[in-house]
Parts: sequence; structure tokens; C-alpha cells
Amino acid sequence: MSVLVYTENWDGRFKKLSNELVSYGSKLAEMLNTSTTVLSIGKVDEAELKSLGKYGADKIITVTDEKLATLDNRAYTAVIAQVVEKEKSGIVLLSNNNTGKAIAPRLSVKLKAGIASGITAVPEKTSPFTAAKKVFSGKAFAKFVIKTDIKILTLAQNSYEIVEKTGQAAIESFSPSVSNDLIRTKVINVEKQTGKVLLTDAEIVVSGGRGMKSPDNWGKIEELADLLGGATACSRPVSDEGWRPHEEHTGQTGKIIAPNLYIAFGISGAIQHLAGVSSSKFIVAVNTDKDAPIFEAADYGIVGDALQVLPKFVDAVKELKSL
Amino acid sequence: MKIIICISNVPDTTTKVKFVDNNSAFDTTGVQWIINPWDELALTRALELKEDANNPVSSVTVVTVGLKTSEPTLRKALAIGADDAIRVDFQPGDAYSVATQLAEVLKNNPYDIILNGIESSDYNGSSVGGMLAELLDMSSISAVSGIKLQGEEIKVTRDIDGGKEEISITAPFVGIVQKGIAKEPRIAAMRGIMMAKKKPITVVEPVAVDSLTEIAGFELPQSKAACKIIDADNVKELVELLRDEAKAI
Ligand SMILES: Cc1cc2nc3c(=O)[nH]c(=O)nc-3n(C[C@H](O)[C@H](O)[C@H](O)COP(=O)(O)OP(=O)(O)OC[C@H]3O[C@@H](n4cnc5c(N)ncnc54)[C@H](O)[C@@H]3O)c2cc1C
Ligand SMILES: Nc1ncnc2c1ncn2[C@@H]1O[C@H](COP(=O)(O)O)[C@@H](O)[C@H]1O
Repeated sequence: MSVLVYTENWDGRFKKLSNELVSYGSKLAEMLNTSTTVLSIGKVDEAELKSLGKYGADKIITVTDEKLATLDNRAYTAVIAQVVEKEKSGIVLLSNNNTGKAIAPRLSVKLKAGIASGITAVPEKTSPFTAAKKVFSGKAFAKFVIKTDIKILTLAQNSYEIVEKTGQAAIESFSPSVSNDLIRTKVINVEKQTGKVLLTDAEIVVSGGRGMKSPDNWGKIEELADLLGGATACSRPVSDEGWRPHEEHTGQTGKIIAPNLYIAFGISGAIQHLAGVSSSKFIVAVNTDKDAPIFEAADYGIVGDALQVLPKFVDAVKELKSL
Repeated sequence: MKIIICISNVPDTTTKVKFVDNNSAFDTTGVQWIINPWDELALTRALELKEDANNPVSSVTVVTVGLKTSEPTLRKALAIGADDAIRVDFQPGDAYSVATQLAEVLKNNPYDIILNGIESSDYNGSSVGGMLAELLDMSSISAVSGIKLQGEEIKVTRDIDGGKEEISITAPFVGIVQKGIAKEPRIAAMRGIMMAKKKPITVVEPVAVDSLTEIAGFELPQSKAACKIIDADNVKELVELLRDEAKAI
């Protein structure tokens, strides 16, 4: 009845998201009085695999089959199911990112295991297994009960605090059986964004809405994000207009993020926008309209012109950083 | 080539969310129902593909699992341009029960491209599309932000953490789409609304299925403390608060 955590790697590296998953998995294992196994698919060196022991992994299973070099949802599901069977896992934990969303529901059918997706905290009860999950795009929480023996959870990014432990993880390699006719997808081209902090990973996000007036004014948004080591985002109309790429759009129909700090310049704070950012720990709003709904969601605000506040913001950060 | 889009009937995104019966059920009083936003984008893209004479797309169908009350949403999809619609007469339970109903329809009735949205805007499950693919034992591609056809080859763009991948696949497959798949959802024109009245909606009897999960109750989030307003002439004070009080920078 172990807890199985699946984490992908990014060019052979794990990231904060992986550590969150393992920390959460290890907490679950503690609640259920069992051990934590992590599954890694792809080439990751031993030191990197071992690093997950620091967050509570007892065992790490590594699969390096070449056929799994790119993500094929059907094949990955088959492989994870084999590991679940081998490890007699009672819980499978994945991230609620694109990869987790692609695999978890398939796994749910394969294992006849109920799924609670996008959970943000440890289960309220383990019998019956009950976990709170956001619904209505953050406007409410549902107490989700999983009725099956095996349970699948996907964890929202940036929602669970990493906990460091002293454990050592044992590494074990596993060769799954992957039949060739399972894989029908072929990745023919990969485009990677380099050097930039990813929006979904970022601790600080600087965002702009239609109140920024023109794409030409984004220089200061980018400068501030760079200064703070953060990422840039925008509201939907801004990406619809082509001022910014669609990957930057946050909200109900865009990315759902939970940074430590979200700074919104010239964003009205429509309910669909807030759906994507309301889990941020702190929200700062700069808007000319004191009645803009964004101020109801914000912790700190300035009623004023974003185009005038931004340069001052940049200068103040520069000044305070050099102190 | 036949395309089908699975449509989830959801409350309008501006709905004020309330619960009844001791917080055990969503209060549907006065709620406007719409096509789930991503399903609407998927439908839009499917119609674009069909309209391009270079593509061998013969029909675009929509399917929903829902009671008769969900028919106006199907009519709307027909008005936007879908050729026909299927409704499985079943009160949606958990994602597994919905996916099972959809799988039954699709097993008896093959389609080449099956599109789902990345999530329903009500329960945010992100589950039905992937479950359906596994039930049909078909390939699936998730986080799809583009689909192009080149003869029999289908080229699909998917977003990955920090980039995009272009994937080649042949039919049949399940595509789980997100933003970017179409620029803006298509709106029904008067002519479309008139024509939709004559288009067929096939009603299918459900199969028996157990749910794997259930909802024990709902809670509303706690309300937030009031926003601290800082003078526009004193941006530095804000930055200091972020550093010293919030410890966020
Ligand atoms: C189904 C559906 C899904 C949607 N999904 C999303 C989503 O995921 N994300 C999203 O963002 N939106 C989404 N929307 C759109 C949403 O309803 C709003 O229209 C949108 O968020 C508004 O963007 P905005 O705040 O940038 O622009 P506006 O609403 O135009 O607001 C601009 C704001 O800037 C302020 N302003 C103007 N000039 C200045 C200045 N010089 N300095 C400072 N402030 C200034 C104004 O007071 C105003 O508050 C969705 C809508 C629908 C119907
Ligand atoms: N009742 C339903 N009928 C048909 N399709 C549905 C239904 N519920 C969900 N879907 C499809 O599954 C997608 C994801 O939904 P969900 O798993 O509920 O978040 C939606 O975008 C639809 O394409």
C-alpha cells in the first residue's frame, strides 16, 4: 500500500515541482503509515535521482526505455500502471501540470481508481479518503471523496510547502514492457523557451492588462520581472490582441498560477482573470479606477496610472536591492 | 474524416457560486448555461478545418452527456455550425461515469478526431478526455493548442512546460484542447440559429455505471482582508512593504 509519486524531469533535472510532489507524497505516506516510492521516466543521473531522498522518497524507480523518450500518454499510462502493480501502490500522486493532466485520467481508467485533481492540501481524512479540491475556477472548494481502493491525486503547483528530511533513497531500475503498437504519437519538432523563468514556476509574476495601452509599454513590465527574478503574464484581451503570446495569458481559460507575489498593472480584475491568480499569496494592483474589482482581491494597491507607476517601481526595486 | 466534440454544459463564467441543502449541492437558480469555453474553441477549430476545402473533413458532430435541460447548449453548438448532435440522457455524475457514457456512444459510432476541452469550468476535473481515450484504448494528446491536417496526417501542437511540441499522428485519436486552438470562439449568426432548429439531436439511452468519486460537500473560500492602498506618489513605500511586511521580494 505504498504511495507512488510520478515526477517528470526537464532535460535530466527535477525542479521545485518535483520536490513539492515528493514532500506531499511523503506526508501522505506518513499519514497512512507506509513508504514513498518515486517513479522517474527518462535519463536522469544518479545524484539527481538521489536528491529526491531529501524530500522523503524511500525508493526511486528509474525507467530509461528509449521508447519513452517523448511523452506518449498511452504508453506512459501503461508503464505507470505496471509500477503500481509491482509496488502495490494505494495512492498515485502526479502534478496537476500539463503532463499530469494528460496521464492521470488515463491511469484512473486503467486502474479503476478514482481521481481528485488539482488538490492543494493534505487530505482531510483518509477513511473515507476526502480531499479538498478547488471547483468553479477557485470560487469554491469541494470535499472530494475517492471511493476506490487505489486513489489518484494530482497536486496543484506551488500549493504545498517543501519539507526537507534526512532520508536516503534507494535507487532501483525497472524495465517495463512497452509494446511498439502502443505508441502512435511522434514528436516531430520541439520549440523550447530558453533562459526565461516559466510562468507556472515563478515565485513572482508581473502582469499587464489593457490598461497598459500598447504592447510598446511592456519593456518596463519585463524589466521589473527580470529585476525580481520573476515571469511576465497578461490578461486575456492582451493576448487576444496579439500584444503578448498566448502562453502568458492567466485566468480561467489561460494559465492558473499560484506565485508568492502577483503584480497586476492595468488589469480590471474580471472574475475570469481572478480565477487564474487568486491563489497567489500576495496580490498587488495598480489601476486608475479605485473601484476596479482587482482591489477586492489585492493585498496592496495603488490608484494611479500604470505607465507612471511602473518606472518608479523599477527604480525603487533597484534602490532597495542595492541596499 | 469525421470530427466529434464532447461538450460540457456549464454555468456562465460570471455566475455567482452558491450552494443549497446545507452546502451539499450547487444552487442552479437563475444560472445561465453555456458551452464550456474550451469546447467552444474546439468546435470553432473543427469548423475551420471542415471549411477549408483542402481538408477531407465530412462532418462535425457534438455530443453531450446530460438531461433534456442541456439541449439549449447543444442547439447553440448547432447554431454555431455543428452538423448534428447527440445527447446521452444521463445526469452527469463523476468524470468516470461521464466518460463511460461517451465511450459507449463512440464505440458504436466511429469518429476520426475526438475533441475534448482541457477542463470543465464548473468542477475543473481535467479528466473526461483522458478517461475517454483510455476507455477507447486510443492515443490521446493533451494541452493541444493547434491542429492542422495534411492529407491523412494530423499535426498537433501541444504545450509542454517551457515550450511547444509538434506531434504527428493519424486518426483516430483524442485531442484535449486548451487556449490557442482557435483564436476566438465563433458566435452563432441569425441564419445559423434558424438552421439549428432543423438539425437533428439524437438522444441515446445511458448505460449503467458506478462512479469512482463523490462530493461530500462544498465550501466557499474565506474572504480576504481589505486592500492596503498606497499613494501613487509613494511607490517606494509599496516596495518597502513588499520587502519588509509581506517578505515577498
Ligand atoms: C468565457 C470567458 C473566459 C474568460 N477568460 C479569461 C481569462 O482566462 N483571463 C482573463 O484575463 N480574462 C478572461 N476573460 C475576459 C474577462 O472577462 C475580461 O474581459 C478581461 O480579463 C479584461 O482584461 P483587462 O483587465 O486587461 O482589460 P479591461 O477590462 O479593459 O480593464 C483595463 C483596466 O485597466 C485600467 N486602466 C486603464 N488605463 C490605465 C492606466 N493608464 N493605468 C492603470 N490602469 C489603467 C482600467 O481602469 C481597467 O480596470 C474571459 C471572458 C469570458 C467570457
Ligand atoms: N457531461 C459532459 N458531456 C460531454 N462532454 C463532457 C461532459 N463533461 C465533460 N466533458 C468533456 O470533457 C472535458 C473536460 O471535462 P472535465 O473532465 O469535466 O474537466 C470537457 O471540456 C468536455 O469536452
